[in-house]
Amino acid sequence: MNTYDATPVNKTERIGRLVAHLYAKMPEIEAARAELITESYKQTEGQPIMMRRALAFAHILENIPIIIRPEELIVGSSTIAPRGCQTYPEFSYEWLEAEFETVEHRAADPFYISDETKKRLKEANRYWKGKTTSELASSYMAPETLRAMEHNFFTPGNYFYNGVGHITVQYNKVLAVGFDGIKKEAEEELSKCCFGDENYASKSVFLKAVIISCNAVIAYAGRYAVLAAEMAKTEKDEKRKKELLAISENCKKVPENGAESFYEACQSFWFVQQLLQLESSGHSISPGRFDQYMYPYYEKDIKNGKLTREFAQELLDCIWVKLNDLNKCRDEVSAEGFAGYSLFQNLIVGGQTVDGKDATNDLSFMCISAARHVFLPQPSLSIRVWNRSPKDLLMYAAELTRTGIGLPAYYNDEVIIPALINRGLTLEDARDYNIIGCVEPQKSGKTEGWHDAAFFNMCRPLEMVFSNGYDRGVPASIQTGNVEDFKSFDEFYDAYKKQMNYNISLLVNADNAIDMAHMTLCPLPFESCMVDDCIKRGKSLQEGGAVYNFTGPQGFGIANVADSLYTVKKLVYEEKKITIKELKKALEMNFGQGFDAVTAKEVALQVAGSLKEQGKEVTPDIIAMTIQNVLSMELPAAEKARYQEIRDMIDELPKFGNDVDEVDLLARDAAYTYTRPLETYKNPRGGIFQAGLYPVSANVPLGAQTGATPDGRLAHTPVADGVSPTSGKDVNGPTAACNSVAKLDHGIASNGTLFNMKMHPTAMAGEKGLESFVSLVCGYFDQKGMHMQFNVVDKQTLLDAQKNPEKYSGLVVRVAGYSALFTTLSKSLQDDIIRRTEQAENR
Amino acid sequence: MKNYLDVSGRIFDIQRYSIHDGVGIRTIVFLKGCALRCRWCCNPESQNFAIETMMVNGKPKTIGRDVTVREVMETVQRDMPYYGRSGGGLTLSGGESLLQPEFATALLHAAKDMGITTAMESMGYAKFEVIKGLLPYLDTYLMDIKHMNAEKHKEFTGKENTMMVENARKIAESRMCELIIRVPVIPSFNDTEKEILEIAAYADSLPGVSKIHILPYHKYGEGKYEGLNRPYLLKDFPMLPAGKMEQLKALVENNTALSCQIGG
Repeated sequence: MNTYDATPVNKTERIGRLVAHLYAKMPEIEAARAELITESYKQTEGQPIMMRRALAFAHILENIPIIIRPEELIVGSSTIAPRGCQTYPEFSYEWLEAEFETVEHRAADPFYISDETKKRLKEANRYWKGKTTSELASSYMAPETLRAMEHNFFTPGNYFYNGVGHITVQYNKVLAVGFDGIKKEAEEELSKCCFGDENYASKSVFLKAVIISCNAVIAYAGRYAVLAAEMAKTEKDEKRKKELLAISENCKKVPENGAESFYEACQSFWFVQQLLQLESSGHSISPGRFDQYMYPYYEKDIKNGKLTREFAQELLDCIWVKLNDLNKCRDEVSAEGFAGYSLFQNLIVGGQTVDGKDATNDLSFMCISAARHVFLPQPSLSIRVWNRSPKDLLMYAAELTRTGIGLPAYYNDEVIIPALINRGLTLEDARDYNIIGCVEPQKSGKTEGWHDAAFFNMCRPLEMVFSNGYDRGVPASIQTGNVEDFKSFDEFYDAYKKQMNYNISLLVNADNAIDMAHMTLCPLPFESCMVDDCIKRGKSLQEGGAVYNFTGPQGFGIANVADSLYTVKKLVYEEKKITIKELKKALEMNFGQGFDAVTAKEVALQVAGSLKEQGKEVTPDIIAMTIQNVLSMELPAAEKARYQEIRDMIDELPKFGNDVDEVDLLARDAAYTYTRPLETYKNPRGGIFQAGLYPVSANVPLGAQTGATPDGRLAHTPVADGVSPTSGKDVNGPTAACNSVAKLDHGIASNGTLFNMKMHPTAMAGEKGLESFVSLVCGYFDQKGMHMQFNVVDKQTLLDAQKNPEKYSGLVVRVAGYSALFTTLSKSLQDDIIRRTEQAENR
Repeated sequence: MKNYLDVSGRIFDIQRYSIHDGVGIRTIVFLKGCALRCRWCCNPESQNFAIETMMVNGKPKTIGRDVTVREVMETVQRDMPYYGRSGGGLTLSGGESLLQPEFATALLHAAKDMGITTAMESMGYAKFEVIKGLLPYLDTYLMDIKHMNAEKHKEFTGKENTMMVENARKIAESRMCELIIRVPVIPSFNDTEKEILEIAAYADSLPGVSKIHILPYHKYGEGKYEGLNRPYLLKDFPMLPAGKMEQLKALVENNTALSCQIGG
């Protein structure tokens, strides 16, 4: 029997007003934190870095302006402006100064910045020249690594310029004992330190830093208690006055002490969530299994009659709003990669308890309701699915998916738990996993996972096989031999594996350099005090204090590599319809499809490179002339026709995503060329590397840096997204696409895989549509798929699909009595469906 | 005896992830060739047994191919995990599957042997002996009854309804599968209350039959007639007025013991 109450509770009017207030203005950059940290650092020079970090954190919390926004029930804002952001010059700052004049007007995620703020930031930033993690990291890297980054084999940008984030801490511990309890634990550990201990210096300083941080947080909450009480004094509205007094009482008590009521637990949770982000600039600080650690407080209050489900829902909705109040300004390029002001605060519901029972409770449903009520991108809501997930939870989640919000993402316990055990987690810890950021599993409160350590473009090593290690005319990788000499597919594939292995080693080199830089310059005592076993070991997370340590960089472009390898295997070596030389030429000439200015330059540089190789002199004039020639080049008709013929032959080959074993199993093997070498490497924190297969939205910008590939993909177009089939190449419907993707080995990609699927709202219409959707997810998971998320497409997309059918051949829509692939329908029927979508949207 | 997996037949499409034709997620195998020529038919390419060419989005497309049961089942079995989760399975559609009885029987037999549930959309246009041969392998028979009047039936479909109506009773009496009656509601052919009620009353009289599906007429097949270079006779047909299907559903449920569902 079900032990939960799934009845939905309506949203209150307050929530709508909180959202409206949050989104009334463009978000703004503020200078307070940058000034305060600089002030503190200037005063602490010469002290241990750990102590300087704690003192700076305390200085910020003591002095940063605070505000309680109208009608808020949960308080704590890092900026005065709603959705504003602070800056973090200790990680990097130069990009922001360079973008001062454009950041307000850029296309992706603009931020307002006042002239006054610019001036204040410039002044503060002066101090940081030569002191940032990004500068130190660069100096740790091998020259080959810097070269590989320059040639876009991978980008470790995330942690290179920012804090790490990507963690779920022990919220449950703070709820239970408060920072007073954690402080006591640190004090006790400190009292056990002996003067003669070999690690006395580092351990005692770390523990003192923890104590300072805990006190700082307690004092910060105290400032809110005072502010709320003051506001209550002048408040005319009796109801609001009471609310402010309740807020004041909450902030007096938590997070210093353990929470007793559900309301206190909500407020305590929020301070942790907010202040983690104020300590470092990391994103993907993930609430994790919120429905689990909040439930005891909910259950007790409901039983005692102290809490109504209505008020509980309103508090959850308030937290959901607050999660959108936090913000982060990224550099222009990254902002495009992470468009949508996203902080990737992943909150997950459902799944199993540590002892293997279903974990669904009232709050699992109420979290899904909160997403519907607030209808904002944060938090990234996820749901854990296992063989005993209750159907009504899955159906309720599916209803949310149907709204088109793109939430929740679905995760498969049956794959993730064994995958984590394979990485050394205990059974209990693995069962208690949650998701960080996009798709990365971790055991909360015990892990420093470095989950988003880099993006690795698997198509670039493939290009190197054809160019024998040259890129844009200069050596960029190792030489694996002249591709024209390869006599068999195995020889070709071996060269690809060598190119992969080499570049993976450089990726590791880059990540470990950045890791060292964070350890050296930016240890985080506050974050560390909420992760085992930092206090016991007397070490921060950055120094290897966590029980589980990983580094998880992502590979992407599996579908392109698989389809490319299949082309080479089939057309070149098996059927001998084209020679490898022809294929090489076709790729260089972008299949005769012409070049834009950027490509022309690259081709010209390639030409220059081979001239140089032949010992000929290359001057800038020659390069300029070659660019001109390439741009105005008209290929001979016969040559152009042959390229088209080649591309047509490629087009006719089966592609990954259609449930064709021969291609799909090649994709499985191709994925191993990334996942297997990676797991042999170690990081400086005493952990290992583990691969992920997902790109966030980097497949578009990084695709722009990739030449034509043998799967028929033209130069500079996006590469495939995550483990999904190449857009438009899956033509056998959703079950076939799922089957193909499930044929990859998801278990070894323990840093997460990402499968994006498009659905039309009408394909999910009615109870039957939802049920089929749930069966589709479960059927994919039965075959050991790891993750699934859905774009439920709207009218705009359909219009685009009509114009560019080649991009949308996998799009399922519901027609009169059946579901069908949209692009296979007649124009008139498409028009009809578009009209119906419009109707559905208007309802 | 010939292995049933080697029996071959002619199909014109296999459609996976069909979620609005019977229980769960289904794979529909469309057999080519039909005995009737219903004027409203939305799959005109199903009618001729001969392989033909249809223009689809301006490109010629060959409609129809000969395949063995083994080949068909290779595709059908790929969605086993989804059938298991949703209660779905294989559906034969057409055309009229009964025109290729050996092939249809072998397909259903193969599915049952693999543990896949089966359904068939059919008008019952065959001698009952033929139908009887495949009933052991069929879970759900979705049987079209378009009209109770033999002459009107002939006028609009090209054939009288006598054999099909009788077969419905025999299938019901055999109790070998679930029988669901389906009525395509076609304006100016059978959309009056009297005509629908006649069909419903007959369905209600069949032993063990408790469900009837009424399917709203649509013009989505129109483009295909053009593609096959055939006249679309219903071009100027009126559409069903809004709310009509709901009215008919209420009518059927008020006057019979059947539960009535709009759409398949």
